[in-house]
Amino acid sequence: MDRIPILKMGPFLLVTIQVDLYDRLALTLENDLIGMVSKTGARGVLIDISAVSIVDSFMGRILGNIASMSRIMDAETVVVGMQPAVAITLVELGLTLQGVYTALDVEKGMELLQDKIGILEDSEKDEEEDPDDRND
Amino acid sequence: MTKDTMQIVREQDVVPFRNRVRELSTKIGMSLVNQTKLITAASELVRNMLKYANGGKVMLETISKNAQSGIRLVFIDKGPGIADVQQAMRDGFSTGKSLGLGLPGAKRLVNEFDIKSTPGEGTTVTIIHWKHGR
Repeated sequence: MDRIPILKMGPFLLVTIQVDLYDRLALTLENDLIGMVSKTGARGVLIDISAVSIVDSFMGRILGNIASMSRIMDAETVVVGMQPAVAITLVELGLTLQGVYTALDVEKGMELLQDKIGILEDSEKDEEEDPDDRND
Repeated sequence: MTKDTMQIVREQDVVPFRNRVRELSTKIGMSLVNQTKLITAASELVRNMLKYANGGKVMLETISKNAQSGIRLVFIDKGPGIADVQQAMRDGFSTGKSLGLGLPGAKRLVNEFDIKSTPGEGTTVTIIHWKHGR
């Protein structure tokens, strides 16, 4: 069966969708991603859809599902590279991609994820400031 | 004028169907944004057909009016039909587990939209999208 490859890059997972997804493939990706978040403890998921020419309400729902599931597993999701025609169409269709962060391209998406995780880690560090932990 | 019919009976038929619509709209020189709108609307409608009627068929043709060309797609299924079409055309209404954007969303994306449904007999949706979008 076909699968979309998921790459691990530090604390993040990277997915580049290069084909127009048919439903089974999209559902498999949803499953694989959540499994990988759990297995690797990833803190962020970056999904590049620059090669995707159609996002209908089904595909939109999959992206939303991935974001909500990842969030429950303590990872943020950023969708990058949406084509202008796809963005125009999504708005007219009435799809808002709730809970999904977006960025223009992979580079900006990575920065966004790093910012998000950075902020989280700083606040965690503040809480855990304890002299006994210094040697960790 | 090209005229064509495609049977949609499985989820795997959606992608080749979308490609066929893209081919037709490219051939008449439709802009990318208009193509994307038409294909997305068509995708919503075939999904509806698969989900509620176990599939059906789509008639695809290029048409022209006042020197402008366009694409007409007719989605025909022999499913249970829609009891209240007005309600089904409202945003957020769904009898399935979807977002309820299919019908009203598809209507917003194309230039002309017509739906006829008879409970127990089936549903026919006709959409037209012009090359220049109006």
